Amino acid sequence: MNKAKKRLGLAIFIIAFLVAWGVYLSRVSIPVLQPKGPVADKEFRLLLLIFGLLCAVAIPVFILLAYTLWRYREDNPRRGSYVPEWAHSRWLEGTWWAIPAILIAIVSIITWNATYALNPYKPLDPKRPALTIQVVSMDWKWLFIYPKQHIASVNLVEFPLHEQIHFYLTSDAPMNSFWVPQLAGQIYTMAGMQTQLYMAADITGNFVGRSANISGVGFASMQFTAKSVSSREFNSWVDKVRMYSPKLSILAYRQLERPSSYVPPHYYSYPAKNLFGLIIDKYMLPSAHGVVI
Amino acid sequence: MISTFASFLLGKLSLNQLPNNPITAGGAIILVLIPLAAVIFISVTRRWKWLYREWLTTQDPKKIGKMYIIVAVLMGLRGLSDVILIRLQQALSVGHAHGIISASMFQQVVSAHGTIMIFFVAMGLMFGVINMIVPLQIGARDVAFPFLNATSFWLFVAGMVLINVSLVIGDFAATGWLAYPPLSELKYSPTVGVDYWIWSLEIAGVGSLLAGVNFIVTILKKRVKGMKMMLMPLFSWSVLGSMFLVVFAFPILTVTLTLLAFDRTFGMHFFTAGHGGNMMMYVNLIWAWGHPEVYILVLPAFGVYSEVVATYARKKLFGYTSMVWAIWAIVILSFIVWLHHFFTMGAGSDVNAFFGIMTMIIAVPTGVKLFNWLFTLYRGKINMKTPVLWFIAFVVVFTIGGMAGVIMAVPPLDFQLHNSLFLIAHFHMMIVSGVLFGYFAAITYWFPKFFGFKLNERLGRYAFWSWLIGFLLAFVPLYILGFMGATRRLDHYSASLGWQPLFIAAGVGVVFIICGVVLQFMQLGVSIWQRNSNRAGRDPWDGRTLEWSLPTPPPSFNFARLPIVTKRDSFWYDKQAQFTDSRPYEPITIPKNSPLSMVIACGAFFLGFAFVWHIWWLAVVGLLVVIVTIIWRSMDEHTEYELDADEVMRIDRALTPKEAGL
Repeated sequence: MNKAKKRLGLAIFIIAFLVAWGVYLSRVSIPVLQPKGPVADKEFRLLLLIFGLLCAVAIPVFILLAYTLWRYREDNPRRGSYVPEWAHSRWLEGTWWAIPAILIAIVSIITWNATYALNPYKPLDPKRPALTIQVVSMDWKWLFIYPKQHIASVNLVEFPLHEQIHFYLTSDAPMNSFWVPQLAGQIYTMAGMQTQLYMAADITGNFVGRSANISGVGFASMQFTAKSVSSREFNSWVDKVRMYSPKLSILAYRQLERPSSYVPPHYYSYPAKNLFGLIIDKYMLPSAHGVVI
Repeated sequence: MISTFASFLLGKLSLNQLPNNPITAGGAIILVLIPLAAVIFISVTRRWKWLYREWLTTQDPKKIGKMYIIVAVLMGLRGLSDVILIRLQQALSVGHAHGIISASMFQQVVSAHGTIMIFFVAMGLMFGVINMIVPLQIGARDVAFPFLNATSFWLFVAGMVLINVSLVIGDFAATGWLAYPPLSELKYSPTVGVDYWIWSLEIAGVGSLLAGVNFIVTILKKRVKGMKMMLMPLFSWSVLGSMFLVVFAFPILTVTLTLLAFDRTFGMHFFTAGHGGNMMMYVNLIWAWGHPEVYILVLPAFGVYSEVVATYARKKLFGYTSMVWAIWAIVILSFIVWLHHFFTMGAGSDVNAFFGIMTMIIAVPTGVKLFNWLFTLYRGKINMKTPVLWFIAFVVVFTIGGMAGVIMAVPPLDFQLHNSLFLIAHFHMMIVSGVLFGYFAAITYWFPKFFGFKLNERLGRYAFWSWLIGFLLAFVPLYILGFMGATRRLDHYSASLGWQPLFIAAGVGVVFIICGVVLQFMQLGVSIWQRNSNRAGRDPWDGRTLEWSLPTPPPSFNFARLPIVTKRDSFWYDKQAQFTDSRPYEPITIPKNSPLSMVIACGAFFLGFAFVWHIWWLAVVGLLVVIVTIIWRSMDEHTEYELDADEVMRIDRALTPKEAGL
């Protein structure tokens, strides 16, 4: 009786514990599981599919384990027969080379296709034009350059809803990783090199983005906002920034380049010509003295 | 003039390098006090001679194994105190609050935690258990190269001392445990932290490589007559696989670290940003070592589980041949998956998809092993002792962690999970269950063989449950945090993200783990206290393999008469046949003690320390000490002595008073 009561108490505690967490988690944002853009959405669906397939094999294994432990436990009065020499069965062993092999074959095919379909360098819709934004990870902030719009911003990237955005990324600092989990998976930014990433947003709103790769003392502050707005709002934002913000000359860039953390968002107009290219070149040339930046 | 002389004498070393904040100072004081207390204790109890003769100069792998485990446990406590700082910081450093330590120190703590846990805890436990068990299991009297073995151990100690010196003088790498350039280059990490990281791993890594060579030769050449490869116990098979990985992977680490040291010390540009350096090369190289390293640690633990399951189920291991093939499949596959650590670097789809699929294929041999263990239990008579509990926890946790692993092996999913706390939860689930739990099981299982009494079962169970509950509580929230967009190594985050309750839950999990650790120490203490009521004979678990045929504790030469092996689990069948050995004794050659291993390691330590601080005269001295000692030792032709047959018989009979009359 006492033991049963204890067990009941424990069960109630565990259920209450899980329910409390369930309630908490239903009230907070879980970006990877609540995608707001087509890329992140496909990645989320893929996650569910793979997880389901894995569970289909793992759950029977857990049941088999629990059953075996119960049934063949020494002090079980109804213990199954003890056969100490039973240690080989071609048929059984063949089965469990085959089961994981089949599972992995299925997952591999899905993986191969998904890797091509979700290649970050691949346009979401090759027929439609893309908004180009150049991204520079710096010590310790993100610079976004809009080459066509002739503006730049720090720690905030604004773009029109539904439009595919083509990011070109590099680093003027240690390696970082550019990640907006609600919109798309991440990609590294590396000095002297350029990576690419396509994404889009399905709804308007502010999405948290951050660096996922340690880059020094100010690493934790490398958080930025990805803001999706209507195209009208975007255009007026661009006009406003271009008209009222200071110019991002080479000199201004050198100011910005100084290490700083927790930098609030701010904007620039008319970034220096080919600034993004110059930042990459800085690490491509043999001597740092012969370069503009 | 004086300053030139001082900088010649001391390099970059100065008083400013001593700790300048209370937490580091506290740590440094503890680190100085512990050895000091040990020295005083040994002096007061006049045990220096004993210590020198029985331990410091020993060539006996059983003693070396014990020392490995002692060092690993001490380093485990250091790694655990890092965990406490990490969890406190991440639970408290939210919004306007900035926690208990600075960002720079937090990053050092994170890096030290990873480095210490992998190199000085997991590796230490692994080599400790290997040293103690492998020669016994294969019927060998010693390892192939006893002096080399002792040298491996002392190099491991030298690396361990160097990494701990970094807490007292200077600082440690704030770059993460694998120190990716260009962050780890001089431009972005100008202090000595990364140099400490490089040289402590360089020295310990060479030790591991030598140990790898030693155990390959030991297993291939020192098996007792009659024990063909396919008759070897599974633990020895797993060690062989693991040591092959060591021999192929550790040279990559050594070279990579050397190149990074060249960059930092001599201004070269292997991995720098700019000047032709290529950081991607470093990332590839470090993982070409780093991925096999995971399997280096996991394989011997798999071997432990194979022994534990068969022994406690009192049944032959199911699918022996499959198990062996699975080990070698894992060995080979583990070398062609390294790129999955950086799918996000921008490689093309072919490359990413190839490495993703290769990674998943490892799940096949691993799954086969799991099924074989399950079917060893099936139709057995399971004695539910703590080692079996650790095994069950391993199966559950490892399977969950493994599912997370397959998920991250899909490149597009990795884009969403890479470097997030999901990844952290994944690899802790793999390494803690697949390595640490394995060695906990190993220690409980083999402890009576070396100390003559069993560990307290009840406290062992309490420790197990604390560990398991704590572990799940500490890491399940991290999976969710990963989905919430939390990345690793964050010393601070905004309150609006809603992460704090989960970080606090993870912290509570760590409290449970600490209780588990305390209980483990209590278990050891109580077991020693009550050792007389807990005596174990030769064979307390009704074992199957040769180590259980030996007297407890085994004599330095292990086997007074080499065992006769004709099949797998020979000892198990010998017991059933009530076999008694009546062959005559033979003389045995035993290696003499030597302090030179320690001398070599001292030289290596000073070489490393000198490179960290640019004290060039000391570097030359350190290097000379190493080279001259090696030459000196190779000239010595009297490194062994012989025990004659009568002496062997006397020792053997003394160890087995009851059986002597038979």
